[in-house]
Amino acid sequence: MKIIVCVKQVPDTSGKIAVKPDGTLDRASMQTITNPDDLNAVEAALALKDETGAEVIVVTMGPPPAEGMLREIMARGADRAVLVSGREFGGSDTYATSQILAAAIDHIGLEKDDVVFCGRQAIDGDTAQVGPQMAEKLGIPQITYAQEIHKDGDTLTVQRALEDGYMTIKVQTPCMITCIKELNEPRYMSVAGIYETYDKPMDVFDFNTLKDNPLIDLTKIGLAGSPTNILISFTPPQKGAGQMLEGAGKETCDKLAGILGEKHII
Amino acid sequence: MKDFDSSNVSAFKDVWVFCEQREGKLMPTDFELISEARRLADELGVQLVGLLLGDNVEGLAKELGGYGADKVIVADDPVLKVYTTDAYAKVICDVIADKKPEIFLIGATNIGRDLGPRCAARLHTGLCADCTHLDVDMDIYKDFLSNNSVLAPERIAGLGTARVLGEPHDVSKDLKMTRPAFGGNLMASIICPRFRPSMATVRPGVLKRKPFDQAKADACVIEKVEVNVAPEDLKTEVIDVVKAAKKLVDLVGAEFIVSVGRGIAADVEGGIKIAEDLADALGGGVVGGSRAAIDSGWLSADHQVGQTGKTVHPKVYIALGISGAIQHKAGMQESELIIAVNKNEAAPIFEIADYGITGDLFKVGPLLTEAIKEYKANK
Ligand SMILES: Cc1cc2nc3c(=O)[nH]c(=O)nc-3n(C[C@H](O)[C@H](O)[C@H](O)COP(=O)(O)OP(=O)(O)OC[C@H]3O[C@@H](n4cnc5c(N)ncnc54)[C@H](O)[C@@H]3O)c2cc1C
Ligand SMILES: Nc1ncnc2c1ncn2[C@@H]1O[C@H](COP(=O)(O)O)[C@@H](O)[C@H]1O
Repeated sequence: MKIIVCVKQVPDTSGKIAVKPDGTLDRASMQTITNPDDLNAVEAALALKDETGAEVIVVTMGPPPAEGMLREIMARGADRAVLVSGREFGGSDTYATSQILAAAIDHIGLEKDDVVFCGRQAIDGDTAQVGPQMAEKLGIPQITYAQEIHKDGDTLTVQRALEDGYMTIKVQTPCMITCIKELNEPRYMSVAGIYETYDKPMDVFDFNTLKDNPLIDLTKIGLAGSPTNILISFTPPQKGAGQMLEGAGKETCDKLAGILGEKHII
Repeated sequence: MKDFDSSNVSAFKDVWVFCEQREGKLMPTDFELISEARRLADELGVQLVGLLLGDNVEGLAKELGGYGADKVIVADDPVLKVYTTDAYAKVICDVIADKKPEIFLIGATNIGRDLGPRCAARLHTGLCADCTHLDVDMDIYKDFLSNNSVLAPERIAGLGTARVLGEPHDVSKDLKMTRPAFGGNLMASIICPRFRPSMATVRPGVLKRKPFDQAKADACVIEKVEVNVAPEDLKTEVIDVVKAAKKLVDLVGAEFIVSVGRGIAADVEGGIKIAEDLADALGGGVVGGSRAAIDSGWLSADHQVGQTGKTVHPKVYIALGISGAIQHKAGMQESELIIAVNKNEAAPIFEIADYGITGDLFKVGPLLTEAIKEYKANK
């Protein structure tokens, strides 16, 4: 049994971010982190490994510096890593990204028992599209928003979160599951893990590695293979700062109530 | 689906909305989407069609007409009673391949965001996630940009063609799909110039629902389509669907919201009580929270406001002890009036608050509740 986890390195969007005059993001000035939901996907894979002894393979598509993130995840317990990297892959939207990742997973080889884990969504785009699009292209079933996973024999039973509850779903393997933060608490790197990580295998898949895979088609990868285009990006106008009221006592509160009254709100 | 060609753009026509139902009830987002899609269909001069899947749901279709659908296509079959990705994606992709809509909109619910990407991948077309604004008409789109961006007027006036695969492409007939990116720090308008349908999931609670019109409901045409789902198409089985035990808060529909953040840490129960009292005093308001309040277990997940929570636009939003991180603002900055109470005068929430009070929420909260009650009593 193999467990494949797809992990993305993303700019940290939680701080103030830098925008260039042309309205695009100044990525160079931003810190990168491992996408938060993907750490839950890693933990789901490691928990299943603890239970079954399966091999955990972590896969990312990104520029070569993403290697550091892969080493860190191997230090948490993943067995090997694959970095999918190449000029031909640049400029991909979610359709093209999922095409390339599907090809990479197909190249690794997906067998009857295998499971692919993704995060629910990546914080740079918040699209939540790559996992399901990849599953479609691999021809395997998907379960998104997993909040609990049980393995019984050769099926998985998954609780899938809804806004107003959850549904319990039995799924055949191989399958693709996207993970939310409610699923688990990601473990830390262990000392032994850090020690071993540089001895663990890391493959780089470039265009040449994947070019004969049936899923690699120049009209479906990279910028040319992306159905969507960004027409324009922009920053919203800062809402004019309002009024800071003087004081914090009864008088101030009475004044505010008065304002709400004048506006016919209360 | 065999001869379907998503790149034959001129073969596609009409605006479609996927109308999600759960347990035989339409979702509120359906009405928001139909209302707004009516405008898009009018801008293109085409029909607006709802697509409704379920078991015994034909009776729900006319109501969609009351919000603007000219026609509702109904796929009725026991296999569609409960949502499964496999069955729904199969039925939807088959009917899209057959009838070729140029725009296909889906509510960005947990189900919509499961279904959308699966269908877009199968149809080989583009999908824009979690949109907050949609346009076709260029003048209306430019107006929108003038009011909602810091772009220079010349830049907006000059919009009209985009470079697509190195060639100039006229975007005036494309759906312009606008959404927040990078945690709400940036907005982007996305197009899908070379393929159809242009697909978007749309954030619930953002588009405005139009008033219901009985005459339009009566005039709405219903078309039934055949459902062809074979057992081998289904690789999952739904064992049960469980509703949350307690009643969930209706943040999206609320007129008054009082939200609490990490600022209530010193006395969590007391802080929540203060928020409840204030919400009551305003008149039937509800309590929301920042992610910090939810992650700490003080409030359940349905209370979360923000980028990964709900988008709200109440008449009044009061933030008690919330710093105003970009992800929180992303869900509440469109509120009609924002009041913030924070003991740190430099808290970013004050940048978007209409009225700010620097002070301790445990003192200011109850005083404000009293002041509102008094004002109402003396009115
Ligand atoms: C991918 C991602 C998605 C996210 N999505 C969301 C989201 O949907 N919604 C969301 O809210 N956050 C979200 N966050 C988290 C967000 O970045 C912030 O961490 C969070 O909003 C902070 O919550 P807070 O303001 O309650 O806490 P803090 O930032 O800790 O602020 C607490 C505030 O309370 C004030 N305070 C303390 N005591 C008092 C007192 N007695 N009286 C008055 N004021 C007091 C402090 O001055 C401070 O300003 C997300 C983050 C990430 C990375
Ligand atoms: N470049 C990538 N490399 C590896 N995994 C990715 C990549 N992009 C997206 N994913 C996976 O797909 C999930 C959803 O991403 P997104 O559709 O971008 O929100 C992420 O949480 C990852 O698990």
